[in-house]
Amino acid sequence: MSANAYSATRGLQHEEPLLFEREHKAATAIALPGVSGEIAASLFAFVRKTPARIPGLSEPETVRHFVRLSQWNHGIETGFYPLGSCTMKYNPRVNEQIVRLPGLAYVHPEQPQDSVQGVLALLFELQQWLGEIAGLPHVTLQPAAGAHGELAGMMMIRAYHDARGDNKRRKVLVPDSAHGTNPASAVLAGLNTVEIKSAANGRIDLDALKANLGEDVAALMLTNPNTTGMFESDIGEICELVHRAGGLVYGDGANLNALVGIARPGDMGIDCLHINVHKTFATPHGGGGPGAGPVAVNDLLAPFLPVPRIEKNGDVYQIICEGEQSIGAVFGSLGQTGVLLRAAAYIAAFGCNDLHKIAEDAVLNANYVLARLKDVYHVPFPGLCKHECLLTDEWQERHGVKTLDIAKRLIDLGMHPMTVYFPLIVHGAMLIEPTETEAKETLDTFCDAMLEIAAQCEAGDTAILHDAPLLPFRRRLDETQAARKPVLVWNDSGFSS
Amino acid sequence: MTIPVDLKYTKEHEWVRIEGEIAEGGTATCGISDHAQEALGDIVFVELPEIGRIITVGEAFAVVESVKAVSDVYAVVAGEVVEVNEALEAEPEKVNTDCYGGGWIAKIKMSGDTVELLDEAAYTTFLEE
Repeated sequence: MSANAYSATRGLQHEEPLLFEREHKAATAIALPGVSGEIAASLFAFVRKTPARIPGLSEPETVRHFVRLSQWNHGIETGFYPLGSCTMKYNPRVNEQIVRLPGLAYVHPEQPQDSVQGVLALLFELQQWLGEIAGLPHVTLQPAAGAHGELAGMMMIRAYHDARGDNKRRKVLVPDSAHGTNPASAVLAGLNTVEIKSAANGRIDLDALKANLGEDVAALMLTNPNTTGMFESDIGEICELVHRAGGLVYGDGANLNALVGIARPGDMGIDCLHINVHKTFATPHGGGGPGAGPVAVNDLLAPFLPVPRIEKNGDVYQIICEGEQSIGAVFGSLGQTGVLLRAAAYIAAFGCNDLHKIAEDAVLNANYVLARLKDVYHVPFPGLCKHECLLTDEWQERHGVKTLDIAKRLIDLGMHPMTVYFPLIVHGAMLIEPTETEAKETLDTFCDAMLEIAAQCEAGDTAILHDAPLLPFRRRLDETQAARKPVLVWNDSGFSS
Repeated sequence: MTIPVDLKYTKEHEWVRIEGEIAEGGTATCGISDHAQEALGDIVFVELPEIGRIITVGEAFAVVESVKAVSDVYAVVAGEVVEVNEALEAEPEKVNTDCYGGGWIAKIKMSGDTVELLDEAAYTTFLEE
């Protein structure tokens, strides 16, 4: 294997086989000392009968293996990452420095409250700031992700109806353009979902909404701007209709980047909103690491907020663990403090007078991309977009080129593809969200690449698009076979399913 | 694009073959149309309903997963699920290669109710719109 593996290495970019394909020694390079005497006797029952199957490699070989694989990653610090609906904005270095300050990094949730007043003050301020930004004054910082915030929100809405003795309300209306997490969160909270069709303009169909409203409706879940990148211009009427029917409106804050500092979901009539701090407030997207999805609510839902919460009593910040009608704890302690503090740092860096620049630049960047591409890619819903623009492959499909081909070609051109085939209601969707942190030159490089791809389609020069990506170590992967016949286990005789 | 004349269709791109009386326990065989499988792309998984499940019209009773999306399949008729196409568990690709034949999803013993059903001509017109 090793000869083949190295032949694909390009310069200092390393092809890398599996650890087991790389091994060349009978045992690992780490020699542990033996044990003897009393200890050996007491451990005898636990001694392995067969050696552990650990690849025979030296420590530097092992370290290089993982570092090389990490170099295959693409991140916002490697290049442009216009993944629509994901808000892949740059995470400022200064935020990392701030959360590593000893007073923030080396505290424990169980330590006496008078010794952690600084952290509590910052988290309390963050609660206030998020409440102000959302227009929904009461905030929990506990949920550990956006979808976790959705679940907490739907649990609060259910508790609200039940507390009024209105326990027939179990139906949640979800537009067909919604993020997939919305119906999943509602179901997990013990509610049923009904899909609401979108109108031809990509927005909620008011007649379809009215037809589904009734005494069994607990809530409408909606994202504004929605996943087509369009503002739900009927939002006032939508909220009024739902409220008049006795339901509440849950806002998915995934697209808050289009509104922050400009318009407040609470003022539109939304009752409850989760905020993805890894989107709007530039905390790391994780890769499985800790996340946070605070939820902001209005007065109606405030009694049901999770505990513990932070309150300010005179000059003292206190952790409050009781709440008669609270849905209880949805996470340990006060949430993912390190992530939340990064969000607080991002907000503080702009300050309340400049926060609107986030949304303005995000919307401007998306519209710049839209303006440069709208004559060569089909735009399903014409007009100005918000923080992301939606294109389709309709015009390229005539030349046999699909969204997937375009996305793969972008990899060859050094960029992460946009979100593809979402929202589901648009055939061949390409959802592009540049965010406010990209320079015009970066946007131009991306637009030039997209124009070049479109020109290749027109010229019939499509082989390069169907074969893309040509440059990475792994070419186009067979997604169908990977899903139909996944190979998940490796042993000494090779892979097996 | 194939649209057999002996089947009925829905605006959600499902097809149904009705044998016997809708109200008197006739059988409806259901699947997704050629247009649907084409739009979804390679099907990688089909979640079949349980035999014996009572379904109402418009209820999501099966799930079709492709490399692009996960989509509900809605009940075209009301009734009881009497048979499911277990072959799809090992070979979901049959929904792509033979959507009106080997790609059928479930057979339902009908109890009377149906969604608005379109014949071949009406479905063709609907697709053209």
